[in-house]
Amino acid sequence: MSAQTIVSLPDQSTAKMPKRHYINNEHGLLSWLLTGDHKRIAILYLISITFFFFIGGAFAALIRLELLTPQSDLVAADTYNKFFTMHGIVMIFLFLVPSVPATLGNFLIPIMLGAKDLAFPKINLLSWYLYLAGGTLTLTALVLGGVDTGWTFTTPLSTHYLNTHVLTTGMAIFIAGFSSIFTGLNFIVTIHRMRAPGMTWFRMPLFVWSHYAASLLMVLGTPVLAIAIVLVALERVFGIGVFDPTKGGDPLLFQHLFWFYSHPAVYIMILPGMGVISEVISTFSRKRVFGYSAVAFSSVAIALFGFFVWEHHMFIMGVSNYSALVFSLLTMLVAVPSAIKVFNWSFTLQKGSITFETPMLYAFAFIGLFTIGGLTGVFLGALGMDIHLTETYFIVAHFHYVMVGGMLMAFLAGVHFWWPKMTGRMYPESLSKLSAVTSFIGFNLTFMPQFILGYLGMPRRYAAYPQEYQVLNVLSTAGATVLGVGFLLPLLYLGWSLKYGAIAGNNPWQATGLEWQIQSPPLTENFVETPIMDHEAYDYEWLANKTKHEVTTVG
Amino acid sequence: MDSAIATTHTHDAGHAHGEHEHVVLPQHRHHFETEEQQREAGSFGMWLFLLTEIMFFGGMFFAYLLYRNWYYPAFAAASNQLNVPMGAANTAILITSGFCMALGVWAAEVRQKKTLVITLILTTIFGMAFLGVKYFEYKEKYELHHIPGNNFSVSMFVNPQNYPQYPDTYAEKPLAPDMAQKTQIFFFLYFAMTGMHALHMIIGIGLLVWLIMRANRGDFTNGYVAPIENFGLYWHFVDIVWLFLFPLLYLINRHPLH
Repeated sequence: MSAQTIVSLPDQSTAKMPKRHYINNEHGLLSWLLTGDHKRIAILYLISITFFFFIGGAFAALIRLELLTPQSDLVAADTYNKFFTMHGIVMIFLFLVPSVPATLGNFLIPIMLGAKDLAFPKINLLSWYLYLAGGTLTLTALVLGGVDTGWTFTTPLSTHYLNTHVLTTGMAIFIAGFSSIFTGLNFIVTIHRMRAPGMTWFRMPLFVWSHYAASLLMVLGTPVLAIAIVLVALERVFGIGVFDPTKGGDPLLFQHLFWFYSHPAVYIMILPGMGVISEVISTFSRKRVFGYSAVAFSSVAIALFGFFVWEHHMFIMGVSNYSALVFSLLTMLVAVPSAIKVFNWSFTLQKGSITFETPMLYAFAFIGLFTIGGLTGVFLGALGMDIHLTETYFIVAHFHYVMVGGMLMAFLAGVHFWWPKMTGRMYPESLSKLSAVTSFIGFNLTFMPQFILGYLGMPRRYAAYPQEYQVLNVLSTAGATVLGVGFLLPLLYLGWSLKYGAIAGNNPWQATGLEWQIQSPPLTENFVETPIMDHEAYDYEWLANKTKHEVTTVG
Repeated sequence: MDSAIATTHTHDAGHAHGEHEHVVLPQHRHHFETEEQQREAGSFGMWLFLLTEIMFFGGMFFAYLLYRNWYYPAFAAASNQLNVPMGAANTAILITSGFCMALGVWAAEVRQKKTLVITLILTTIFGMAFLGVKYFEYKEKYELHHIPGNNFSVSMFVNPQNYPQYPDTYAEKPLAPDMAQKTQIFFFLYFAMTGMHALHMIIGIGLLVWLIMRANRGDFTNGYVAPIENFGLYWHFVDIVWLFLFPLLYLINRHPLH
């Protein structure tokens, strides 16, 4: 195996751990908790989002267990409501939204731009504390008895009819939202103002472009979610009537405000993942990304279109037929930039020297699963189909294909790809390949049956279902078990590799990115002297020439 | 945290000093190449933050637009209840406060410590005066049962003839009871928008107190004006929000007495 992989290049066999790097630069818990270093904050984020990922995963497991049988026998129906609500809230606001940007983005964007840190290190740290505060409040709501509105906080259910911890959870999301705003703001300013000499916009890695687009969405969308939540809280506490039809308010107004954020939010979640995939595909095909500027602009186009499609979540809620028509058309438009990306990745592979390292396996999983998720999204964007499919398991399967099959696979691709850079050590290659394949099989086994279930008409968010759906539900639950193993494995072997993994060396993948030209793990100040970019990203000829007479310096 | 960063980056900072022959001020952050870059990044960040604020208030302006279209008579009647003299006085107070803030930025730029401190204090005083007037306006609404919620009363809009002491109301045509109910939506928007604006002012005044203390130490009159400049942007933004709120809530339906 090692003969075909590029892991065994000379660089790595002679590699030594550098004496001084960002991890051992300072010691003690406080040096982490009060750090301004973007790399340390990224690690803090990585630990905390992993924690919340497994909390959300535990709820997913409980949901699947309950759905093993047609009756609601494991838990009562209202407990089941709390399970899927907590699963949604934790996974969306505490895992998917910060997943790639706050960990990999935080770690890599300054390095990729040739900067020493993000523009506002203190605000970066503040954003982590806000995230923690939001997470703690969510856990508080959970311990106090949970919340059962669904992650969408639909009014008037959330304002008038439920007696659970809506306010606590709302506040948690409000606070976590500011953490996301600050991350996005930091990225935009950094990308505009902190690029190294020679780092023009079109020399930036596509990872940075996709984060730029996602940051725009975070900065423009999240405040609208914040005000929507404030209004829900006011309505709930004071009965002010803004969403209360009996007083002249309009519950649909809440839906508009909520989805104005929450639809762009799915692009906040997926765009950074697309950035990871561009890097991984290019590196393991040893080729420049096909149609660089098309991929770059398609990120911005997704961000732009993403703001004008929110009403497709409301087709069956009594919106005007004419506006539904327009929003349906706009929804289809999002498929264009997404397809540009998928086609360009495929063309990047064409005639490339492809190798199958773990990140590449995850990237392949991403492309396939994201394509299925995206195409079924077009079904749902079509008005007639949507009326049949909305609020069924079809929609559940659709967004899990995009969010888990897409984003989570991209996240794992990225974590494996940059693990050597972050920790200085390699993960075990064969075990990680096994886990990539396990997740892929488990994922399809879990969610493919749900497409069929949804098409047959099984509604989402119910603890019980008719007898005839049981076979498919059992398949789905079995798949979830396999998927769980696939997600637990990386936790174990990545933890193991921290101590026992092989020393990675500066550039184990022989990649072109600026982050691979410095030591692993990097110095606290990233670069000994400010780099000057004289080539574009993904220039493999430049790399070949450079490595010919390279003298590696290790700090 | 500052000192932690400083010690971490002594090597790095020394490097930067060697290359660029300029005086490095203590507030210069290690990760910026030049102070120019730091200043630009700071003000760009502030503008972006203000953009998020626009989106935040935008949600409420959208709700205002929607309900005003639906419940026009209720909005007209309720709007005429607002106290225009107080609102106008507040507008003048706020603009004066903004003027003092602008003077403060100028004073920091020309390095006049005393002028800076005085203008910042004046900015604070006018800001507090605004909140004081707001208090009396809110109190009036409370007494008239115009605060949305369980104590809300529509009697003033259904039976305006019972309120001879309010000439504007007295001259109004009575609203039908169901439309009169919708005035609650107007008052909710009034309290949410002006309340959120007042909250921003309170945060601003808190920051001003901190800035005054630092200005008094001479922190901002040695060439480092970024905090004053950026706070000025925030303060002017809060003023501008009010300049939209005042006509939309108080003036738009105002008409001379019949």
